Amino acid sequence: MFGKLTLDAIPYHEPIIMVVAAFMAIGGIALLGALTYYRKWGWLWHEWFTSVDHKKLGIMYFVVALVMLLRGFADAIMMRTQLAMAAGGAAGYLPPEHYDQIFTAHGVIMIFFVAMPMVIGLMNLVVPLQIGARDVAFPFLNNLSFWLFAVSAVLVNISLVVGEFAKTGWLAYAPLSGIEFSPGVGVDYWIWALQISGVGTTLTGINFFVTILKMRTKGMTMFRMPIFTWTSLCANVLIIASFPILTATVALLTLDRYFGMHFFTNDFGGNMMMYVNLIWAWGHPEVYILILPAFGVFSEVIATFARKRLFGYNTMVWATVAITLLSFIVWLHHFFTMGAGANVNAFFGIMTMIIAIPTGVKVFNWLFTIFRGSLELTSPVLWTLGFIITFTLGGMTGVMLAVPAANFVLHNSLFVIAHFHNVIIGGVVFGMMAGLTYWFPKAFGFTLSEKWGKRSFWCWFIGFYVAFMPLYVLSFFGAVRRMQSYANPEWQPWMILAWVGAVIIMMGIACTIIQFWVSIRDRKQNADITGDPWHGRTLEWSTSSPAPFYNFARLPEVGDIDSFWSQKQRSKEQLEDAPYTDIHMPRNTVAGPIISVFALVLGFALVWHIWWLAAVGALGVVASFLARVFNDDIDYYVPAAEVERIEREHQQRLEAQA
Amino acid sequence: MRQHTLWRRRGTLVLVLLCLLLTGCSSALLDPKGQVGIEQRSLILTSFGLMLIVVIPVIAMTILFGWRYRRSNSVAKYLPDWAHSNWIEAAVWTVPCLIIAVLAFLTWQTSHSLDPHKPLESNTATMEIQAVALDWKWLFIYPEQGIASVNELAFPVDTPVRFRVSSGSVMNAFFIPHLGSQIYAMAGMDNDVHLVADKVGTYPGRSTNYSGAGFSGMTFEAHVTTPAEFDEWVAGVRASSEILTYPEGYSELAKPSEYHPVEYFSAVSPELYESILLSFGGHGASGDVGHGEHGGHREAPGDALHESHSEVNELESASSAHHQAAIGHVTNQHASEDRAMSGYPTSVEAGG
Repeated sequence: MFGKLTLDAIPYHEPIIMVVAAFMAIGGIALLGALTYYRKWGWLWHEWFTSVDHKKLGIMYFVVALVMLLRGFADAIMMRTQLAMAAGGAAGYLPPEHYDQIFTAHGVIMIFFVAMPMVIGLMNLVVPLQIGARDVAFPFLNNLSFWLFAVSAVLVNISLVVGEFAKTGWLAYAPLSGIEFSPGVGVDYWIWALQISGVGTTLTGINFFVTILKMRTKGMTMFRMPIFTWTSLCANVLIIASFPILTATVALLTLDRYFGMHFFTNDFGGNMMMYVNLIWAWGHPEVYILILPAFGVFSEVIATFARKRLFGYNTMVWATVAITLLSFIVWLHHFFTMGAGANVNAFFGIMTMIIAIPTGVKVFNWLFTIFRGSLELTSPVLWTLGFIITFTLGGMTGVMLAVPAANFVLHNSLFVIAHFHNVIIGGVVFGMMAGLTYWFPKAFGFTLSEKWGKRSFWCWFIGFYVAFMPLYVLSFFGAVRRMQSYANPEWQPWMILAWVGAVIIMMGIACTIIQFWVSIRDRKQNADITGDPWHGRTLEWSTSSPAPFYNFARLPEVGDIDSFWSQKQRSKEQLEDAPYTDIHMPRNTVAGPIISVFALVLGFALVWHIWWLAAVGALGVVASFLARVFNDDIDYYVPAAEVERIEREHQQRLEAQA
Repeated sequence: MRQHTLWRRRGTLVLVLLCLLLTGCSSALLDPKGQVGIEQRSLILTSFGLMLIVVIPVIAMTILFGWRYRRSNSVAKYLPDWAHSNWIEAAVWTVPCLIIAVLAFLTWQTSHSLDPHKPLESNTATMEIQAVALDWKWLFIYPEQGIASVNELAFPVDTPVRFRVSSGSVMNAFFIPHLGSQIYAMAGMDNDVHLVADKVGTYPGRSTNYSGAGFSGMTFEAHVTTPAEFDEWVAGVRASSEILTYPEGYSELAKPSEYHPVEYFSAVSPELYESILLSFGGHGASGDVGHGEHGGHREAPGDALHESHSEVNELESASSAHHQAAIGHVTNQHASEDRAMSGYPTSVEAGG
């Protein structure tokens, strides 16, 4: 009846898990209780869960990502604590059984459920506004993408208390992830969480690709698009091209595990090297999916706060395109030590280094944007300057790793860990924090506290160096990744130093939480009345904050890069008196959440081999999708009078506040 | 104030890098004990130095520009529409291109000169040791001596060693940091790495590729000895009462165990390493006999490159037809250039 699922699947005997689960339960009950007490369920459902508004979806992506950041960071601090303890024969407090799940969960959560939703959330919030559109090309799919991602995050969290998570590392290398060596349900949770969220990500990629190509406002040619939109376009091209590889690879692993096939097994002609090749053919473009939009954020931030046009716009675009293309022909650098010949290794090594050229050019372009600018040292700017320094160092260690003969002694060591945290924290996290602070007023109508933003920056910046520089050092002593304990007691001081760094980063996260608290408390004082708190350059700042659900009462017209900036330089004559027109908008939909809940049921049932429930889930997905397909009532018009009323109310509010 | 903090950060960073260099005397990678490791150290330091040509100016410019062009500095020039300069654009493309060109040249050279499959030049004959990763220990087979050991390795100083590396379980990687290059250990795959030690001593070795619960304990000691000491070590192993038979003894040893103690085997079944490789391809004689019985293996087309030199292929041709699809070969030639890339497990590439 319940497949492999029995009461034994709940780890009562693991005090750490039970305490965490208890906290999650208390938090969850408190949240649900509050929603019920304040009668917010209807509001949540109608205004948020079923919304197709890209701005609200962007906010929801960010909320889930920040919650998952706490989970992923808890994993990180547990790992650092374990390694600070488990030296010279000491076992530490986490047995391998538990430690191995934690480092797997940390990687999976941070990449798929923190970095990806932050990037996608920011694209959601910003891209349609930047190109002067009223929504994305496929609003329903956008809602569906979000919910598929959200239920996958739920599935990963279920694995904490029902069963186990994978003990394979975040990419689940075969044959370790095969049924012979991982008979438990951990890998199955990994498989279905990735597959369900992967469908959502692929849909997002298509959605934004079409949106950017087809929905730009009048006059916005490709080479007038803001750089963040350009980098988002390239990231979405990468999503469309690479995520199907992940889906197919994981599907083959699924066939191995569920149907006894032999794609990646040791025997019967199975080929674990094919798995490693395929997973990285997706995996390498994936890191550029994360970093390109972050590059875009820095470009916007630096031009805005330097009050100066971005240096070398065309160079910036072509460098982005070059990185996009090159990112597909470097995947082998993740396994130079597999034993390929010298020619193959040299080719992939050199291709990898070539990526450093356009990346270096971008760095110089940011620097020359500051040059002869008037730089306001706000917290987004601090994140950007911190990024340039940190990312450059990470790029340097990346190039060192790209030299195959050097990689032969650095591969799988802590050098690799230090390197990719160097670029992911220094690049993606700093970028997302900068973007969050920069666009927060556009989403909510008030700015975030600068004081706590800067404190958060300094904690992250210092914490990063204290946490990860020791790992570079340890790698030279032969310390490798994924060790649960180590024999050499000389490594321990460095491990303790790394732990201190993690604690400093934790203080940075705490500062961010305090920042939200303080800013929400003081939202009246920090209100963004004009809609343009930073003296911005691109279209999103031309509409009010928070932007109305239709984004622009009149679609803007563009004649230049940074058109809003040049428009402000001229007079404010045009458009003001043109009449409002009816606005065509998509209706909210219940289909996204419903399909996704059935997908969650399907995923959970497949993990535990509960076949009847899987059938229920699958039928539910198909039926609710068909119901949506045959629903013709999916759009409506906002009458011109209504638009005028909303705009007038907004004007009155502005005058009252001013 | 902020500036000071920025400088303080830089200072810390420099200190950390200095520490890295200063502690170099006791670190495995900066104080290597063999030719391969020494060349890799100079490669790491060279690429580090080349990258600093860009990295140092970038960090300096970030701090200088950020400070000089701050909003409150009314002395600095402000040109809001200045966004292009042919000279600067040329420079920012050319300098990275030149550095990467040098690095690319270096990469091509060293990828070939330090190819792990390439035999090392030496007056001393190359010795062969076969390393098999098991859950979770290393089995070292000495085919020339007919002995084997678990989690302990010994070989004479200044003697190039060809490690043939495979796995009886999941993927691992064979690595002795003081000596240089690591290589993946994969079931059914016959990989190899050539290393040499030029100083007597005991060096830690380990698996670097995560392989499951006992991974942290997959370590061993590599004893680099004088020739006489090596003979003593061999004699010591030969004195062991244990022998390693295939498949029985091997199956027993292959069962998962953590922090496995050092073991010696005074004799091993002939062609033990080859048998382990074969066990994943044909209905070999190992623990997987059960599903090997009806092995409808794929019959890959013969690969001209590999056919002629293969000692193992010869061994196979004497064996049953099933085995033909089972195993590839490894030769000393680095004509096996794209072996791992194109061939995949040897079970696919050899045969008919």
